[in-house]
Amino acid sequence: MSGRVLVGVKRVIDYAVKIRVKPDNSSVVTDGVKHSMNPFCEIAVEEAVKLKEKKLIKEVVAVSCGPQQAQETIRTALAMGADRGIHVEVSGKDYETLGPLQVSKIMAALAKKEEAQLVILGKQAIDDDCNQTGQMTAALLDWPQGTFASEVAFDGDKIKVVREIDGGLETIMISSPAVITADLRLNTPRYATLPNIMKAKKKKIANVKPADLGVDLTSRLEVLRVDEPPQREAGVKVETVDDLVSKLKDAGRL
Amino acid sequence: MLLGLTASRRVLSHGHCMLHRRNIKSETTARSAAVDSVLLKFRSICGEDGVSLSDAVREQHGKDESVHRCRPPDVVVFPRSVEEVSALAKVCHSHKLPIIPFGTGTGLEGGVGAVKGGVCFSLRNMDQVLDLHQEDFDVTVEPGVTRKALNAYLRGTGLWFPVDPGADASLCGMAATSASGTNAVRYGTMRENVLNLEVVLPDGTIIHTAGKGRRPRKTSAGYNLTNLFVGSEGTLGIITKTTLRLYGIPEAMVSAVCSFPSIQSAVDSTVQVLQAGVPIARIEFLDDVMIDACNRFSSLSYPVTPTLFLEFHGSERSLEEQVNTTEEITQSNGGADFQWATDAETRNRLWKARHDAWYAAMALRPGCKAYATDVCVPLSRLPQIIVETKEDLIENKLTGPIAGHVGDGNFHCLMVVDPNDPEEQHRVHLFTERLARRALAMDGTCTGEHGVGLGKRTLLCEEMGPMAMRVMQGLKDALDPKNLMNPGKILQPIEL
Repeated sequence: MSGRVLVGVKRVIDYAVKIRVKPDNSSVVTDGVKHSMNPFCEIAVEEAVKLKEKKLIKEVVAVSCGPQQAQETIRTALAMGADRGIHVEVSGKDYETLGPLQVSKIMAALAKKEEAQLVILGKQAIDDDCNQTGQMTAALLDWPQGTFASEVAFDGDKIKVVREIDGGLETIMISSPAVITADLRLNTPRYATLPNIMKAKKKKIANVKPADLGVDLTSRLEVLRVDEPPQREAGVKVETVDDLVSKLKDAGRL
Repeated sequence: MLLGLTASRRVLSHGHCMLHRRNIKSETTARSAAVDSVLLKFRSICGEDGVSLSDAVREQHGKDESVHRCRPPDVVVFPRSVEEVSALAKVCHSHKLPIIPFGTGTGLEGGVGAVKGGVCFSLRNMDQVLDLHQEDFDVTVEPGVTRKALNAYLRGTGLWFPVDPGADASLCGMAATSASGTNAVRYGTMRENVLNLEVVLPDGTIIHTAGKGRRPRKTSAGYNLTNLFVGSEGTLGIITKTTLRLYGIPEAMVSAVCSFPSIQSAVDSTVQVLQAGVPIARIEFLDDVMIDACNRFSSLSYPVTPTLFLEFHGSERSLEEQVNTTEEITQSNGGADFQWATDAETRNRLWKARHDAWYAAMALRPGCKAYATDVCVPLSRLPQIIVETKEDLIENKLTGPIAGHVGDGNFHCLMVVDPNDPEEQHRVHLFTERLARRALAMDGTCTGEHGVGLGKRTLLCEEMGPMAMRVMQGLKDALDPKNLMNPGKILQPIEL
């Protein structure tokens, strides 16, 4: 086994920012808005770095698809302990329509090229909430997948993954190479320290174009309209149970 | 003067029990035109949504996390910018309305109670992190930014703001109360970490205490206005921006726990660790009553004896040295069971006792409320004051487990009191006064971190002496001659 782990990291609008929809309802406002690494990608990077610290794997490679600014996100992963980065350049219209299908094709191509033993991704991105990239990547590679992982352990040449599912926790054994997607409770990501941020500046980030990987970026989806959720209305206070029942009936709820 | 608003306050408080639905129209008939014009002006400044007369909102803004009862203001306004704050202040100034700034309401000394009614300025909508300068280690924030929000914002930069008073408090509020925290021994309190403030004075004037936009790491330019406002608890002006000193996130951390045969040996160890030059980040003392409570609450099995919880920050190599030096010192003082951990999980488990102390104390007597005392004395007097305080607690049959930031000589008795027992509450009140006076007699202060607020005004006079109090009153008169800024706090009311 190569001992190499590929981690996908996505640059998204920071989770603490109040999202605004553009006046033309085409998309959300991104100009001048704080961006950072998708929180589930942070958890994925942390898991990969932990595996390296436990000497279970040898190298962590951080991958991001996007315009120039995606390099900042890769630098954060490097500051957390990734060894090197790959920036897949996607910009302009291609970037606006970039989605899980294209990203999974890119990740699959890179996984093969880098002879990765493991691909770890966040379970979903907080901007589109698609929760598809990990699963599609595994399918394209014909690799097993351990999604919604809250625990990952190596067991001989197999991987034990505890998954968070609706009914509780499910434990599966999958063989390697595999794709894992990180859920919230997998770990608590470390904060990058200043010395590590300095060291990260010296780590290498390779530039790759999707065409070099033989990937077609054409999207099969078209966003028609983006709207804000409806404004919350003020509540109504009632005096009696009868009042409550009649109001619920009026609202068509009973 | 306050005719209209006073009338409305009486109506509102009587109407409190009767009215279930707040209808602006029905209130209007009970108020005079003068008051209406104030509300009209407020609404024209911060919008219809920016002014609230509702019971719930006023109650929420009339209390904090202290035991002082709720004193709701007459109206709460929600300005969105310093210009709005200034305009609102001008209106209040010309109508002689009290102004109470409000951050997160996490104070512990009743600082936000509107004892004379008036206008609460809730600053939560001003919530931007402005001007981060990574290479200069400084950042400027608005009052709606809390310390956890700032540290989350900074997480990719390798920087943090280490002052940690426990609650997720507004940073400007922390500046107003000169807050401190568990790692003050290494990183200092707000006094050492505020570089500049933007303040709106009660007449609406906007000043920058160190000059607009300035953030040198040190200065000797003019009177230290910044530290005049730090700790002024909203009695001199409304803080609308604070420029803070940032630090690098520690490369690595180690947590440790050690038990001691006596309070003296625990404090001696603390003094020696500091004298040895160990740059210890946190050094927390828990007495036997507290440890017992924590054992029960978190199902732990620490020996029931005075205990120190320690945290070290630094590079991997320096940590080894720090921990070894500290372990030697604790052993030489009779310390036992020295446990330490480097990974986050074990560290959290070791410190869980300290983190849950507040809840563990309350769990000792379910249904009771908790009140934290707060005195600070020179280190050398700490063993004596803790021993005498414990004797006082036992003699007066009070529940008061002790947790302290021993590195600063500061400790808290978490008084667990039955809210339905006025006799016990009275005993607790007398106890806290004795404790404060004990601290004063030992060259200390009646409040290490929580501020003076409502309850410690008399003690402040004893601590400072009449001459210093006269200077404080003089400053107050100069900056706020109409006594509009948070009346009834820090300074005793003047008998006219």
